[in-house]
Amino acid sequence: MAIHSLLVANRGEIAVRIVRAARELGMRTIVAHSRADADSLAVRLADRAEEIGPPPTSKSYLNAEAILVAAENTGADAIHPGYGFLAENADFVRAVEAAGLVFVGPEAATIRLMGDKIAARGVAAKAGVPTVAGSPGRIDSPAAARTLVARLGFPVLIKAAAGGGGRGIRVAHDETEFDRLFPQAGMEALAAFGDGGVYVEKFIPRARHVEVQILGDGEHVVHCYERECSLQRRRQKVWEEAPAVSLPGKVRRELCACAVSLARSVRYRGAGTLEFLYDEDSETFHFLEMNTRIQVEHPVTECVTGIDLVREMLMIAGGEPLRLRQDDIDLNGHAIECRINAEDPANGFLPNPGVVEAFMAPGGPGVRFDTMLYPGCTIPPFYDSLLGKLVVWDQSRASALRRMERALTELDLTGVKTTKPLHQALAADRDVRSANVHTGFLEPWLERHRAKLG
Amino acid sequence: MTTIQILSPLPGVFYRRSAPGQPPYKEEGAPVAVDDVIGLVELMKSFHEVKADSAGTVTKFLVDNEEAVVAGQPLAELDG
Repeated sequence: MAIHSLLVANRGEIAVRIVRAARELGMRTIVAHSRADADSLAVRLADRAEEIGPPPTSKSYLNAEAILVAAENTGADAIHPGYGFLAENADFVRAVEAAGLVFVGPEAATIRLMGDKIAARGVAAKAGVPTVAGSPGRIDSPAAARTLVARLGFPVLIKAAAGGGGRGIRVAHDETEFDRLFPQAGMEALAAFGDGGVYVEKFIPRARHVEVQILGDGEHVVHCYERECSLQRRRQKVWEEAPAVSLPGKVRRELCACAVSLARSVRYRGAGTLEFLYDEDSETFHFLEMNTRIQVEHPVTECVTGIDLVREMLMIAGGEPLRLRQDDIDLNGHAIECRINAEDPANGFLPNPGVVEAFMAPGGPGVRFDTMLYPGCTIPPFYDSLLGKLVVWDQSRASALRRMERALTELDLTGVKTTKPLHQALAADRDVRSANVHTGFLEPWLERHRAKLG
Repeated sequence: MTTIQILSPLPGVFYRRSAPGQPPYKEEGAPVAVDDVIGLVELMKSFHEVKADSAGTVTKFLVDNEEAVVAGQPLAELDG
């Protein structure tokens, strides 16, 4: 069913991004928003806006019923969930479809399957994709868990089956710590996710985070190469690049082929990302999890492939077959994204909501700033601190780094503190410049460079 | 007896429990000691504990669970 009228059930920069893509496809755009976002950029840009509730997310962006009412009131025939909120909620997908609307994303069953991180490991293994060594399924008894970790060797990760996106994970470095953390992990998973299931994985401390972007139409699947997102703070990505310069060509081909076979095995529909850990010394990669939605860092892939991923996902949702063949997708140049958050890096990354006084976006060749900002806009305290994503493209990584430094200099924002100084310090760092990083790199780096981040 | 207000240190969303399904930190009528946690404020997805800076008895919560608050807003009243 072709989409004529699209309701965006999200906020911030991604709501702006989706409104733009939908309008280019000739769709009427409607933004469902909380009371705190009535003056947001997405609301200003959309054809129509509909308030769905008070500021707290449980009463607005997580309120499926209110969103469906908004869709009905405005005559929408499809809902794009963006990322976060209800994007990976299978019950929401079923409710959207039961209301006779199109959900822009995969089938509910796919979301449920890949959302269970243990089931997803099983799907990967069945598709011949290497997974990190660990428990074959949920592990309940402390005795069985202890036998397993004795075989795996420390350190190990204890992960919540219903977790994902960096939530519900603990590291145990020895047996004593494991015995203490294992029961806690189960109880906390139950409280946080309503599912106390946990599993155990070998922890690979100096690995890189690489992830493959895929697009599928339920039958055919293509990959759009990989991103590297090793610079993380508290398991949240801070800086992302495409492609991953550490990957030899042969490994890149294997990695992308594995991602495609996994996605094909679940007859994937829409845009998705398969996350892997890459160990440079052994040139091996292991599947971590799949995200069944558009991701924050999708623009770096768009820059190096020339594909508009949000447009493609809207066309697929409208029932069109995938129009890209693998041979059409080339990798060109290098892209870097810096997440500009309303956080004060000089003060422990304390969130910093408020009113933006002056704002000037960087511009010029190869620069893209996906943002919710405009001069005078309010940054509410209720939501994620992401203000915008500064993305640069250039022919080589070295020139992209110089371009990022230039763009960061141009970015002018007063009224709220942001992570701009962090990115300036990172862009100037020798290890970052030589791409000599891993997932455990940033946190100790922040300790050492605290003085530079003011 | 004096009435003391506990103020929100930050803007955000106020929670009376550590997690859904858990009992509230403090019921109305419960005794409170200095530094007891009486709730959480969620600011941009990070959670901050709200502590009592004097001892007493909770007479009333002025804000419901999961309600939006501004910095400095009174959250609860103590008799101390």
